[in-house]
Amino acid sequence: MKKTAPHSTSTRRFYGHGIPGVNPADLAGKLIAVEGADGSGRSTQIAQLVDWLETGGRPTVQVGLKRSTLVSAELEKAQGGNILSRTTLALFYATDFADQLENIILPALRAGFIVLADRYIYTLMARDMVRGMDQAWLKNLYGLALEPDGVFYLSVEPPELVQRNLAKSATLDYWESGMDLGLSPDLFDSFLKYQGRMQAAFKDLQKSYDFEIIDANRPVEAVTRDLRKKITVLLNGD
Amino acid sequence: MATKTFKDMGYPGRLVAVEGLDGSGKSTQIYLLKRWLEAEGIKVYFSEWNSSELVKAATSKGKKRELLTPTTFSLIHATDFADRYERHLLPLLRAGYVVLCDRYVFTAFARDVVRGCPPEWVRGIYNFAALPDLTFFFKADLEVSLQRILDGRPKLKFFEAGMDLHLSTDIYESFRMFQGRILEQYLAMSREFNFMVMDANQRVEIQQVLVRKLVKENIDLARFKRRGPLPLPPSVRRPKKVEPPDLLGEEEGGV
Repeated sequence: MKKTAPHSTSTRRFYGHGIPGVNPADLAGKLIAVEGADGSGRSTQIAQLVDWLETGGRPTVQVGLKRSTLVSAELEKAQGGNILSRTTLALFYATDFADQLENIILPALRAGFIVLADRYIYTLMARDMVRGMDQAWLKNLYGLALEPDGVFYLSVEPPELVQRNLAKSATLDYWESGMDLGLSPDLFDSFLKYQGRMQAAFKDLQKSYDFEIIDANRPVEAVTRDLRKKITVLLNGD
Repeated sequence: MATKTFKDMGYPGRLVAVEGLDGSGKSTQIYLLKRWLEAEGIKVYFSEWNSSELVKAATSKGKKRELLTPTTFSLIHATDFADRYERHLLPLLRAGYVVLCDRYVFTAFARDVVRGCPPEWVRGIYNFAALPDLTFFFKADLEVSLQRILDGRPKLKFFEAGMDLHLSTDIYESFRMFQGRILEQYLAMSREFNFMVMDANQRVEIQQVLVRKLVKENIDLARFKRRGPLPLPPSVRRPKKVEPPDLLGEEEGGV
């Protein structure tokens, strides 16, 4: 008996024109994206998923932001200088994404791997939206992206994020606090405002892009259980 | 797609762009234009395609190691353009400069599309940029452009020759075919974007006379004059202000 799941390979598609010469039907693997702010438990959950999937005999590959061979070092350097304007920032990250899409994600999917993306285009779009970039422009730009089989946004209330970030590193990251936006000269206030805006941007994006919001204010184990349950359904949809 | 020029958008500055194939002589023409405007005391700034300090290292790595695909080739050049646009061009145009660009968005429209990127996607990406107030297109016979390049620099680079398109395994043949396709794209855009089409088969001096004439006719240059003398180059620049007399009687001299 063959069931057609909402995200089975037969419906695999790019959001827009995609990558010239790539046929989505050839991409047999699964693409799972986990989104969320620093402190949302993203990395922990992905590590758990990799363990669980590989123990179960499924090969995995991981990608994430700023990990491309092409531009990651240069992007890191440019961010250090705080001299990136918003369009440049958006396009730099898009280049980084496209390089990983073509060189890692697509070949891995062709080979039947499960690709786990530690953030995907939605974080990039949300960040750009918060910085005033036009949503239609972003939609066109990321028309090159492949629609994942599952997208999970780990949502944590900003005050809880503050606690987790401070517990971990005793400070708040400049970019994760949106300090470039001048929302407040105070890092703490800026972080809360920025993360609030990011959440609003994600809600906005959810209207046009299909993803699940997971309440990640809960303990790690509860979130892991949820993710496993949802991913099991998604994998059995073949 | 942006359809307005900087003038339409109320910027005090003006932007002049040159486009054309490699070897069409456009860089020589814009250089001579710059020399003239400087001599006339005009506030002028020159910006070259693919020259952002921020992005250049990544682009040259990508080219050298042949890491670029049509999509990343397009995006990395757009990043380079955006950086120059936001950090240099816009503030200068707000401040009333005449900005000269050796290649503008049309280069991407032509090249990226030849490489297989969808035209609407490429144009959509660049739609944050206003159109030039004046665009010169240097139209030379394909053979003339090819000969100029092949005479001067017999070693062609991989992407420059469009080798990534696999048009031919012979790099010279690939270059010819690639340039031919780019020329077709330029010609198809010519009317849409009001290119001033220059006969680039003519002698350099004759073209330059016409370039200057057209600039003068289209831009009220008197409005772009510098007030006061040109700043001195850093090596001969004097201290910004004279220090007040040293009341404590210490030795004179330290700047």
